[in-house]
Amino acid sequence: MNVIVNGEERLVPPDTTVAGLVAALDLPSRGIAIALDRVIVPRSLWASERLSPGAEVEIVTAMQGG
Amino acid sequence: MSRATDQPTGQATAPADVLTIDGTPLGSRLILGTGGATSHASLESAIRASGTELVTVALRRVPKDGVGGLLDLLASCSVRLLPNTAGCRTARDALLTARLGREALETHWVKLEVIADDRTLLPDVVETIDAAEALVRDGFVVLPYTTDDPIAAQRLVDVGCAAVMPLGAPIGSGLGIRNPHAIELIRDLVDVPVILDAGIGTASDAALAMELGCDAVLLATAVTRAEDPEAMALAMRHAVEAGWLARRAGRIPMRRLALASSPTEGLVES
Repeated sequence: MNVIVNGEERLVPPDTTVAGLVAALDLPSRGIAIALDRVIVPRSLWASERLSPGAEVEIVTAMQGG
Repeated sequence: MSRATDQPTGQATAPADVLTIDGTPLGSRLILGTGGATSHASLESAIRASGTELVTVALRRVPKDGVGGLLDLLASCSVRLLPNTAGCRTARDALLTARLGREALETHWVKLEVIADDRTLLPDVVETIDAAEALVRDGFVVLPYTTDDPIAAQRLVDVGCAAVMPLGAPIGSGLGIRNPHAIELIRDLVDVPVILDAGIGTASDAALAMELGCDAVLLATAVTRAEDPEAMALAMRHAVEAGWLARRAGRIPMRRLALASSPTEGLVES
């Protein structure tokens, strides 16, 4: 199924969890935050929260600023 | 001859002398923004030279090539992180960004920044107050970037902000403190820390902020885009300390005419 990750379409296996997406993107588990359809998914729910087709995922981290 | 302490602020261990935000003491009254640094090495040397214990970071989408080493670098400097909401135009955007920052960086402190337009980057005070109220309700310690309007500052305190951060001049302008009187009024009006944020160009601006009664200075560009960021960071550190000490020392009143400092009696006559 297709989901949208940071504005770009991405093909992921059905029933992919947030944790699965993080692993597939080779991201660290700390220092990032994830919103699913504008709602933040706490780290404690990454393993259980599943993506639905067309889901909009935002993954952010700290950058130089301010 | 006994050597005086190396620390110009040797007395600054008394609780009243320590900047405290949300009950957390900070060992420096200089807060450094990380934006604008040309390299991680340059940023690290500036952070270390500044003596800061609190640095701001922005939140952005994870780059395709990974998260980079910024957080590791900042952890190695033992500084506390202050995520900002830079780039947000509405209270709604600021709320989401602040919550993402809390989740990513495991801190409930936020530098609230809701700007109105790209040309001036001036704060949208109405949206800022709305966002501040919602964030305080959500358990955040809110440090809002605001204009130098004393009434706006008062409103931000009324909704529960832990500090107020009025601008000296537009972000990155280096114009210094355009309205010192307004900054003094804010200091008189509110009972939370006042942090001069934005507009600082050089060390004397930072010293002036402290002499006006500010509790701290937040700056980024003045250091990160200086020709020698590390040297400017050190200058800012000393300027903030000097301004703070001068404020507490009690300056002399200004006079229109001279007041002789040498004795006026016993002059040699020829």
